[in-house]
Amino acid sequence: MSNGAPHPLSDPPRTWIRRLSTLLFIRPRLMLFLLLTPPLLWLGIIYLGSLVALLVQSFFRLDGFTGMVVREFSLSSYLELTSIPNLEIVFRTTVMATAVTLTSALLALPLGYTMARSTSPRLKGMLYLAVLLPLWSSYIVRVFSWKMILAKEGILNWLVEQVHLKWLLEAILSLPVIGGSSLSFSYLGAFLVFVYIWLPYMILPVNAALERIPQSVLDASNDLGARPWMTFRKVIFPLALPGIVAGSIFTFSLTLGDYIIPGAIGNSSYFIGQAVLAHQGTAGNIPLAAAFTVVPILIMGVYLTLAKRMGAFDAL
Amino acid sequence: MRFSKKPGGSGSLLKLGAAAVLMFLHLPFLVILLYAFTTDDATYRFPLPGFTTEWFAVAWGRSDIWEALFLSLRVASISTLLALMLGTLAALAVHRSRFFGRETVSLLIILPIALPGIVTGIALRSSISLGGLPFNFWTIIVGHATFCVVVVYNNVVARLRRTSGSLVEASMDLGANPFQTFRYVVLPTIATALLAGGMLAFALSFDEVIVTTFTAGQQQTLPIWMFSQLTRPRQRPVTNVVAVFVVAVTFVPIIIAHYLSMRGSEGSKK
Amino acid sequence: MTISQPPAIRLTNLSRHYGDVKAVHQINLEIQDGEFFSLLGPSGSGKTTTLRLIAGFEFPTTGSIALHGQEVADIPPFSRNVHTVFQDYALFPHMTVEQNIAYSLMIKKVAAAERKRRVGEMLEVVRLPGLESRLPSQLSGGQRQRVALARALVDHPRVLLLDEPLGALDLKLRQQMQVELKSLQREVGITFVFVTHDQEEALTMSDRLAVFNEGRIVQVGTPFEVYEQPATRFVAGFVGTSNHFDGPLAEQLTGSAKMFTIRPEKITVSEIGTPSPPGAIQVEGTILNAVYMGMQTRFLVRIGEAAEVTVTQANLHAANRNLEALRNRPVKLSWDPQYNHVIHE
Repeated sequence: MSNGAPHPLSDPPRTWIRRLSTLLFIRPRLMLFLLLTPPLLWLGIIYLGSLVALLVQSFFRLDGFTGMVVREFSLSSYLELTSIPNLEIVFRTTVMATAVTLTSALLALPLGYTMARSTSPRLKGMLYLAVLLPLWSSYIVRVFSWKMILAKEGILNWLVEQVHLKWLLEAILSLPVIGGSSLSFSYLGAFLVFVYIWLPYMILPVNAALERIPQSVLDASNDLGARPWMTFRKVIFPLALPGIVAGSIFTFSLTLGDYIIPGAIGNSSYFIGQAVLAHQGTAGNIPLAAAFTVVPILIMGVYLTLAKRMGAFDAL
Repeated sequence: MRFSKKPGGSGSLLKLGAAAVLMFLHLPFLVILLYAFTTDDATYRFPLPGFTTEWFAVAWGRSDIWEALFLSLRVASISTLLALMLGTLAALAVHRSRFFGRETVSLLIILPIALPGIVTGIALRSSISLGGLPFNFWTIIVGHATFCVVVVYNNVVARLRRTSGSLVEASMDLGANPFQTFRYVVLPTIATALLAGGMLAFALSFDEVIVTTFTAGQQQTLPIWMFSQLTRPRQRPVTNVVAVFVVAVTFVPIIIAHYLSMRGSEGSKK
Repeated sequence: MTISQPPAIRLTNLSRHYGDVKAVHQINLEIQDGEFFSLLGPSGSGKTTTLRLIAGFEFPTTGSIALHGQEVADIPPFSRNVHTVFQDYALFPHMTVEQNIAYSLMIKKVAAAERKRRVGEMLEVVRLPGLESRLPSQLSGGQRQRVALARALVDHPRVLLLDEPLGALDLKLRQQMQVELKSLQREVGITFVFVTHDQEEALTMSDRLAVFNEGRIVQVGTPFEVYEQPATRFVAGFVGTSNHFDGPLAEQLTGSAKMFTIRPEKITVSEIGTPSPPGAIQVEGTILNAVYMGMQTRFLVRIGEAAEVTVTQANLHAANRNLEALRNRPVKLSWDPQYNHVIHE
């Protein structure tokens, strides 16, 4: 050894960094505190704080005469929610969310299954990418594209005419609730766009759940004599269910709060998102808008608790 | 027998269904591209009356588009930077210690993206006006950074989970203090996760429209500009040109981020 | 000896508790400079925790740790001149072999040329010349282990801690590395503290060893002492196999009721009526089973009502015996009573 027996303690300069490092090492909680404070401060104050402020505002009310928000505790905003037109809004939105969720689940299964079971890693990677790209690309662009597709003079109509099914389309459009003046101004149109936009959010968790099914389980089912449909019903679907529930969290929640699609493609009746927007806008009725916002939060709270029980969080 | 080849025709039916869904997902992009070339600037007539590339030049000349684009880029860059810092700090904290309320922290981070955008938007808007602050560039960034944190956080946590815990101990054992350990060992290990998370955060911010509507003042980011074109369009194909551009620009970081997260087998547990 | 050097490591009344769990309890130990010292024990016995306490990754609940006379209990690992070879080697995957080995030198701001030279030296010592620019993922298990060794030794620590470093290697490689580690230690001349649950490994390599059980040290000694003179029944049973006799059976065999142990290889099994040396303990029994183990045959013999004795016999002559046929054969066991080791528990 070159310089004699070294000291049992390495002897770097006793800089302040060394002292700080020693302190942080000996007191791991201090280190934790330092790491956590910036993000928690940000999220806690800015985000949570805002949410709480919003919640608080929902307990205020708007003075009909002055148009000013009265900062006294009152349940009048929530009472207003129970009026028939407002209930209709909530109902309409919830029904749409449910329809969108169910359809997405249905469409997600074949693709999710093919992705999960594909044996070539290259193919799997490319399929995965093919789902990721729409997921992450611009929401507004994708909505916009359907404006074109659904336009009265647009592609879909042209296609329908080419196969001589125009009469069918007009019949559907004349149906009382889901129809409208044209596809691009109807619930049906909005429904189509919703499914299109949120579908990738459903595909990914479903795929993750399906991928967890070991091949041996499917082989065993086959081995024991089950035909494909039976295997699907008894084996695949139950195992895919947590994934479906996980994906439904997104489809449901996103539909509940959306105002752009119903505004651009739906007919003139409101969804929750539009109601919130309208009330907080020129009307200045923040309390009512806040009360409306609480509705999807509550619905999602219940939904999430149920989903957690079903083990959906592991599928995320 | 491989299950992927099911007996009977149901196997190919399944594949057909999958292919149909894939097409359903991607054909609209082609439609957008198509309509960027139409000569009809008032309706969405199909078949196209004529083909032209003039709209690309028109878009190039529109200053409102350029302003919106630059604003979106600036907002996305700064929000991503903020999200990178906050997300990494949170990920490091959650990974290294089991502390009371760990799950709560994860929930808190995910909340901005889990709740509908309108909730976040209106909450932030009312706080900002309650605080008497103006709606400007910085309020947009506050909103964006808040929901971008989770993207970075998830990526970094996932990467940290895949790395061996003894690496940090080995570094300190060899004489490196925690700061040096972070610089020489931890940071290189999470580098690709940071890059992937950062790119996703950038794409997310670049595209966001709901929260931005609530937190912006008079400014228009690119998505807001496009939204305004949905309801008051003039020169419709110009919007298509911009849309094509936006799609192309967001596809690239997504593809890169995808391949970055797929790699990173170095440092995985043995 | 006029001036006594402080021991390389002295643990005094050292304890590490996690709430109610006493991972390490009241450990007292002295390890001398230049010793190859093993910490032996079953999983969860506290040997790894003790190692981590010495390294600095755990802080003692009570007690003190002194390295070369210097109290270090509240000094973090990066300030202790003690290095560890981890069980999974913990090589930095994004650095080359050279960068890995030079890490401690880089932290100490040693000049690049000097670092390169010392890395080259170290690679020669661990017999991996020329591998500087490989990545850890490109190395075999044995190579990674040597790089981990080189990395820990390059800046001349006074103590090297090894946490079951040979566990991941297959048998032949492990035996080879045992020999190499031992000679490396003699060459480098520093104190090695070696944690293992493999008693054969500990016996092979150590100058002295400590046997751990449930957070305490139950015996410290040379391999000979621990093997031939186990302090407790646990040590007798954990380090190798042993037979123990107590109560009336002990009285019958030795005239005293004190518990004693006797190692299987010290006992001879033979036909009834074969003469034994004078003074030998003799007892008759029945073979329960016999197992061929290559270099020895192991018998399980019942004596008396229920006592079972394990006897091993070196296969000096390669006779292909039918061991099945030996079952229930009456035999005589005999051994020299000087090998009886009385245990005071």
